[in-house]
Amino acid sequence: MKHRLEVSHIDVCYGSKQIISDLSFSLSEGRIGCLLGPSGCGKTTVLRTIAGFERPSSGQILIDQQVVSDRKRNTPPERRNIGMVFQDFALFPNLTVQENICFGLRGWSKKEQLSRSQELLAMIGMPTSAQAYPHQLSGGQQQRVALARAMAPRPSILLLDEPFSSMDVELREQLAREVRHILKQENITAILVTHDQNEAFAMADEICVMNEGVIQQHDSAYNLYHKPANRFVADFIGEGVIVPGMVVGGNTVNTELGNIHGLVPDGCKPGCPVDVLIRPDDIVHDDSAEDTAIVVERAFRGSDFLYTLRMPSGIEVMSLVPSHHDHKINEAIGIRLEFDHLVVFPRAETTASRK
Amino acid sequence: MARLWQPGIVLVALLLSIPALTIAGFVFEPSGENWQHLKQTVLPDYLENSALLALGVAIGTLGIGVSTAWLTAMCRFPGKRYFVWLLLLPLAMPAYIIAYTYTGMFDFAGPVQSAIREWTGWRYGDYYFPEIRSLGGAITMLSLVLYPYVYLLARAAFLEQSICVLEVSRTLGCNAWSSFYRVALPLARPAIVAGLSLALMETLADYGTVSYFGLGVFTTGIFRTWFGMGDSVAAAKMSAMLLMFVFTLVIIERLSRRQAKYHHTTNKYTRLPEYPLHGMRAVLAFVVCLLPVAAGFLLPAGQLLAWALQTWEEMVDASFIKLTLHTVFLGLGTALLSVMLALFLAYGRRVLKSRTVFVSIRVAAIGYAIPGTVIAVGVIIPFAWLDNTLDGWMREHFDYSTGLLLSGTLFALVFAYLVRFLAVSLQTVESGLDKIKPSMDDAARSLGYRPRETLKKVHMPLMKGSLLTALLIVFVDVMKELPATLILRPFNFNTLAVRAFELASDERLADSSTAALMIVLVGLLPVIYLSRSIAQSRAGST
Repeated sequence: MKHRLEVSHIDVCYGSKQIISDLSFSLSEGRIGCLLGPSGCGKTTVLRTIAGFERPSSGQILIDQQVVSDRKRNTPPERRNIGMVFQDFALFPNLTVQENICFGLRGWSKKEQLSRSQELLAMIGMPTSAQAYPHQLSGGQQQRVALARAMAPRPSILLLDEPFSSMDVELREQLAREVRHILKQENITAILVTHDQNEAFAMADEICVMNEGVIQQHDSAYNLYHKPANRFVADFIGEGVIVPGMVVGGNTVNTELGNIHGLVPDGCKPGCPVDVLIRPDDIVHDDSAEDTAIVVERAFRGSDFLYTLRMPSGIEVMSLVPSHHDHKINEAIGIRLEFDHLVVFPRAETTASRK
Repeated sequence: MARLWQPGIVLVALLLSIPALTIAGFVFEPSGENWQHLKQTVLPDYLENSALLALGVAIGTLGIGVSTAWLTAMCRFPGKRYFVWLLLLPLAMPAYIIAYTYTGMFDFAGPVQSAIREWTGWRYGDYYFPEIRSLGGAITMLSLVLYPYVYLLARAAFLEQSICVLEVSRTLGCNAWSSFYRVALPLARPAIVAGLSLALMETLADYGTVSYFGLGVFTTGIFRTWFGMGDSVAAAKMSAMLLMFVFTLVIIERLSRRQAKYHHTTNKYTRLPEYPLHGMRAVLAFVVCLLPVAAGFLLPAGQLLAWALQTWEEMVDASFIKLTLHTVFLGLGTALLSVMLALFLAYGRRVLKSRTVFVSIRVAAIGYAIPGTVIAVGVIIPFAWLDNTLDGWMREHFDYSTGLLLSGTLFALVFAYLVRFLAVSLQTVESGLDKIKPSMDDAARSLGYRPRETLKKVHMPLMKGSLLTALLIVFVDVMKELPATLILRPFNFNTLAVRAFELASDERLADSSTAALMIVLVGLLPVIYLSRSIAQSRAGST
């Protein structure tokens, strides 16, 4: 399939400070990608570099197979055929919703402008708001108008910079799903930047987890959670604890929780010290189980409890338990290990990758 | 375009700093005979008078400005809501106009003394009446029209203070008054000092009042040396001395403003408590606020109106209409140029984000502190040099005399205005531009607009209000400006301010009132605007 966007080996510096180093990824037509990472990891810089607001010091960027940034050339943002949705929406307060949407439609006839804006207003579910001004809209509506404005000129690629961060936390996932639905309807290629994994999971087809200017893993949400490439991704995505262990066989690791079976990385021979990632869904609560653990902490999350449990050996793990299993702190409850995926990092590598 | 932008900004800054640099250059010029003579005779007097004037105005503006600011910020008493903006009215009254209006009211032949004589039967020499045309009089006049600078900044500082620190001081055993002295006043001190420096800059720049009162201070001294003795070097040296004092004030002002940021106690504003005042205290507060408004605006404006009603039919003739048109064209032209320059500089700062640009803009804006007299001297000297050099060169090579191309033209006058008032438009345009989030620029760029189109399509419509305000303020400032206009205007070219001042200097006070009243009325427009924006942006009310 055709690549809408190709970022290859870019470095971005502010002054003498290197923000992005040797970063590459690409995105095929109609896919929604996401740059996910903690604040300050450089994800917004990548987005602004794709848009043309920042200039890479080396490497190149291609949009629709056209080079827009390389050592010699830096096409200004207005000639890149991109659309961008900003964190604060940046709607023009002096223009109506319709005028905002038509702002980028220069060279279109009045009739085309009108029909395009009506089409988009219908798509974002605001067909009657054409003449409203931005300040008369709710945050969610403003956001959808910003989206429609960015989509109106049919850009090659749509860039979304933390588009949900000014929304109420409860609304974000729902909005992310709505936006995904709209983008998919128009088969738009898009990149989302966010620090919130739930947003990323709700919206993106593929996710680049970034840290310190480097892509740590480019994968599907499922794989990021269950097959993290390194300890940073394991820490950053989802919850879990890391337990020391020792490889004892071809596909067995011995930990204080007992022997766990699964695929062991190539470099780890029997006798290797390793770290094992244990997710809350790997520990299943079962009243009839022989093994027990003591409840140390509990967090009620509506449909379930996230319990922190102390194993007889003293290590603490987490477990996700349906909400009707209401146990007190210091109570011993029966647990069972249920590993679908074994996530193991060689001990030496993990300490090296931690800064 | 973009490549020429930064050099363009540097060039503008250099051009606008020509007067200040010229004057500063004269510090090292060998002093002539006249200078020695001046140094022995009048200079000590100028120094003393200027210092006393500044000291007096400092005390006056602080007393009026801080007390009214505190009362209208923190207390509740009858009429307070109106005093908040009424107290700004004297800003519309140029000092030279209030000076001769008061002279007309209070001198020997004026209505007040005449009435006293009539009631009591006293005659000349039988009674004491303070002489209005004196140092004390000048201090009073300047204090009455300059206190709003202190009032504005002090009040804003009081409103910005967190109510928490005041309440903390109350719980720690301070009563309302001691929490004012021990907490609120020290916290507001940087703002008050900044306001005071502005008032003192205006005091040192004043020419109309001191000249009308016959006081020997720096500005009148520069005039006398230049026109009376024809000694441009001595006048420039005197200007350089004045400039030194002014720049001391500029430094104090900037340091205070920087300090004011650290005195910011919180970002959480609650409604201020407004101590309710009752009985005698309320009456006292009312009087304290009413006095400066009445003395600084209502009384002189009323007198001007009364005079104007008597004389306007005689005064408004073809030449009056002509000079009004002169004033309007000059003001509008300068205002337009000034706003365009300000936009060029401020937008450059936003887009280029370079340190060179930032510094250049600060340099370009320094003129607001330089007295009009000094700017005029600093414009004449280089322009005359340029004219003479060019003329000499042309005569030598082409046997053709170009005469005076720049000196004594409107160009020189407008240039001087730009030097003096660019800061005013720049500040307004910059604050308007800063209110537009940078993401707006990026949004327009991502939708296919080039930077210049972004300015036209996004910034200009959003900044319409700021641009109009800047136009208005510069227009009014140009209209009120006296000393630079007096020196630099082309031969026989009059403005309202010059006309009013000349008539008043000829003791035709009533005749000058029509022109003066027009200046005051137009001057009210920005004051009204200012008071409205203050009412809208009250930090304490959210």
